[in-house]
Amino acid sequence: MDSYGSKAKALAGGTDILVQLRGNRFDIEMLVDVKSIPELNELSYTVSEGLSVGAAVPCIRIYEDSVVQQSYPCLVDAAFLIGGIQIQSRATIGGNLCNASPSGDTIPALIALEAEAVVFSKRGYRSIPVEDFCVGPGQNGLQDGELLVSIKFPPPKLYSGAHFLRFIPRNEMDIAVANVGVALTLDSKKQTVESARIALGAVGPTPLLATKASEFLVGKEISDDSLYETAEIAKQIASPITDMRGTINQRIHLVGVLTRRALQKAVERAKGV
Amino acid sequence: MNEKIHVKTKINDNDVEFLCEARQSLLEVLRDVLDMTGTKEGCNDGNCGACTVILDGQIVDSCLVLAVEVSGKTITTIEGIAGVDKLHPIQQAFLEQAALQCGICTPGFIVASKALLDREPNVSEGRIRHWLAGNLCRCTGYDKIVRAVMAAQENTK
Repeated sequence: MDSYGSKAKALAGGTDILVQLRGNRFDIEMLVDVKSIPELNELSYTVSEGLSVGAAVPCIRIYEDSVVQQSYPCLVDAAFLIGGIQIQSRATIGGNLCNASPSGDTIPALIALEAEAVVFSKRGYRSIPVEDFCVGPGQNGLQDGELLVSIKFPPPKLYSGAHFLRFIPRNEMDIAVANVGVALTLDSKKQTVESARIALGAVGPTPLLATKASEFLVGKEISDDSLYETAEIAKQIASPITDMRGTINQRIHLVGVLTRRALQKAVERAKGV
Repeated sequence: MNEKIHVKTKINDNDVEFLCEARQSLLEVLRDVLDMTGTKEGCNDGNCGACTVILDGQIVDSCLVLAVEVSGKTITTIEGIAGVDKLHPIQQAFLEQAALQCGICTPGFIVASKALLDREPNVSEGRIRHWLAGNLCRCTGYDKIVRAVMAAQENTK
């Protein structure tokens, strides 16, 4: 990959890139299958380090993993609704991230969960916060010769919960009109929010961390009103387009609805109900 | 770039070797190189599931797998589903329930259904519908297909 530079791309699940190559979207000379690199196939968890998901681990392996199910249910929410089973057997969250689609279905979940992308090149390893990884529609921040190795998630905190929601007009198998990932931590009385991260997808050129809304919720007591107000603030950073999937107004409205509902579910999970 | 690559794999319990171009999909090789035309091409971009095969135990769209990727792997296609002298219970049920019309999607549905019943012998109708969401049928409206999979499940108990 180093010698081909911008003329090389990594092949993981191939569910996006093979279609894009057939459509001549990229001018490349070398496609490097990275699925047989052991480090990219590791799915590991430790209490101190948290979860590490190799960039070539397919969605089905992620959402069927008992540790992920127990400790990172938000990741299950997202990985479980990408494509049908055939796609889930191949598609990876590493590929989803590198594809950098504004509507990428795992990305808001990754941002909410404070994930970091671990990248390797001849120069060594570096970590990129996931919210900074996508730099434009279909454009990731990898430099020539760099390979996404894994995605790391911090260990879940006590009294924390997260959820991911997507709106599509069908029941399954569609591209998001809007999607939202949220994660929050409550105090020991499970009444007040100590930290929060809200991330939005399909309403801007890249998935977005809704910083203002996230900060607004910190220190607030959980109530219908505080969650509603937070969701209203999240709508302010949405700058969607109108296309065949939805209008600007519909998408902004959806950000409010999805944010509120995702927060409600995250609170339930944080309380352990 | 058009130099052919030698691939060794296992298809339907047979050791198979073929030559292919790096750009060719598994679907193309199955149909055009190996003359295994039971696997159908629908959309060729991973939406319709007509080209579903089982690759190392997982269902995949063979249009989204490069043929060179299957080196050393194990593949089951629709040609490997039936027994020596009789249909697989899922195939029999598709016939009895009239779960097909034009038939293009049928091999994909049968392969996907077999993978489901192999791993989960007691599935609900909801689970069948969810599992088969990656297979599109433009004729039947799905009800007959789901009924056939449920009947096959009963018949194999």
